[in-house]
Amino acid sequence: MSEELSIAVRHAFADFSLDVDLRLPGRGVTVLFGHSGSGKTTLLRCVAGLERAPRARIALNGDCWQDDNGHFVPTWQRSVGYVFQEASLFAHLDVRANLAYGMKRALGSAGQDDILRMAQRFGIDPLLSRRPAGLSGGERQRVAIARALLTRPRLLLMDEPLSALDAARKEEILPYLEALHDELDIPVLYVTHQIEEAARLADHLVLMEQGRVTSSGPLDSTLARLDLPLARNQDAGVVIETHVLGHDADWHLTQLGFAGGELWVSERPFPIGRAVRVRILARDVSVAHSAVHDSSIQNRFACTLAGIAPADDPAQCLLALDAGGVPLVARITRRAADQLGLTVGAQVWAQVKAVALLE
Amino acid sequence: MLESHDWSAIWLTLRLALTVTALLLVMGTPLAWWLANTRSRLRGAVSALVSMPLVLPPTVLGFYLLLLMGPHGFIGRLTQASGLGLLPFTFWGLVVASTFYSMPFVVQPIQNAIEAVGTRPREVAATLRASPWDAFWSVVVPLARPGFLTAAILGFAHTVGEFGVVLMIGGNIPGQTRVVSVQIFDHVEALEYAQAHWLAGGMVAFSFLVLLALYTLNPDSRWRGA
Repeated sequence: MSEELSIAVRHAFADFSLDVDLRLPGRGVTVLFGHSGSGKTTLLRCVAGLERAPRARIALNGDCWQDDNGHFVPTWQRSVGYVFQEASLFAHLDVRANLAYGMKRALGSAGQDDILRMAQRFGIDPLLSRRPAGLSGGERQRVAIARALLTRPRLLLMDEPLSALDAARKEEILPYLEALHDELDIPVLYVTHQIEEAARLADHLVLMEQGRVTSSGPLDSTLARLDLPLARNQDAGVVIETHVLGHDADWHLTQLGFAGGELWVSERPFPIGRAVRVRILARDVSVAHSAVHDSSIQNRFACTLAGIAPADDPAQCLLALDAGGVPLVARITRRAADQLGLTVGAQVWAQVKAVALLE
Repeated sequence: MLESHDWSAIWLTLRLALTVTALLLVMGTPLAWWLANTRSRLRGAVSALVSMPLVLPPTVLGFYLLLLMGPHGFIGRLTQASGLGLLPFTFWGLVVASTFYSMPFVVQPIQNAIEAVGTRPREVAATLRASPWDAFWSVVVPLARPGFLTAAILGFAHTVGEFGVVLMIGGNIPGQTRVVSVQIFDHVEALEYAQAHWLAGGMVAFSFLVLLALYTLNPDSRWRGA
């Protein structure tokens, strides 16, 4: 049996039409990314069975939930967890009863130990006897995620779970989501229009535009594709999986390694070997023909120039770089590209001015 | 003071109001659910029919119900064919008439409450493995509880207070169809003002207490019925 989630939906809804045929990995976080109105939430609702498109095929690991021949498993019989955009806790139940609600129905009983353990994992154990009305937005969303996970779903669907929260509350929840990313062995479909969230959480990135999928692939290579509109954004950039190599106590720096070389970043108290995801924006990468040693920029690595494409700004162009198999994107002026005589296949040095740790 | 006739009228009125309220909660809830959720074109027509007793004079409603339940009416033939006999001038005739008459007072608060709860809690329940039936009882009813409470209280109170329909359908048979409002009318006709005061005053106090209960038990629900 293939471990995968396949979603094919073709339907004209009242205000737009959806035409999607996706095969997604059966593990890890897939981010559905697109502007509002691109159909990502509708697609998620179709997967959950909350929306019934007459022509759709939805199957998880060979288990068919809907097909073109009228077979349709109702939402409550699908093993999905769903986290809604806004607070969706039952107002008439306290936190403990909210957590137990789905668990009782999915597993036949609600083990108090399991509830307590899950509550501790999400830092909501002091709130168990509180009513939803007395919780902050961030707390409510953590309860909602814990409640969904307690049903032991085979698929977790999250519809912009952070969009109703302010920046501080988002930062309060993101670490829990990142932990989920590392611990969960079920596939997660995560809808967002924030590239920051996608960069931090995704393994697999699906770009949607006007009800269609414009690209579906691993996060790192998708972010580095110059032919997608994503690369032309002001804050376009790539995400690189690195690991901690060591620390330099004198200079308060931490060294991270990846296939293409090493990066120095401000010191973080991470153990050696720990995986760290970093983001490098295209505008923070410059290129040179040789390793420049008399520069303040010390993060540099040898790359092959893999592609050149125009940017939205007519003065600029985008470079696709390959650093030991790891894709990078640089945005430089067209004049600089011309004066350096850059051609595809050339060996260049990428200089990275800023690295954002996605933690 | 109250005499045995008065007490029997009070007892009859309570029995009638309780029966009608129970029936209306059982029948009105599915109807309110349908009205709150349907996209059918019949929705407007059904809503209008349910609300008719709010605008019609009780005598008009009573008159047509009398014909319907009579020997040549649709309901009358049905009850005769099933061996129940004819309903007019019986307790059960009053029950049927009052059920129609008090319908909007029960259906509308429940419908409003179900609409206010919305579809989201039901969707959430479905993603937590609750069947639609389960979700109705475990989520919709508790969240719409103020609406059900309002519906029960208004249905009860409105049945207690009816007069015209009772007179048209039930007449004035002691112990059978003579409810409090009719009994008051009789006392006044017979110039027994003291008797009338006891009952009428009791009704005033009863109505006040019912509405007081409604507004204190349900402080945040504004009744948006008739």
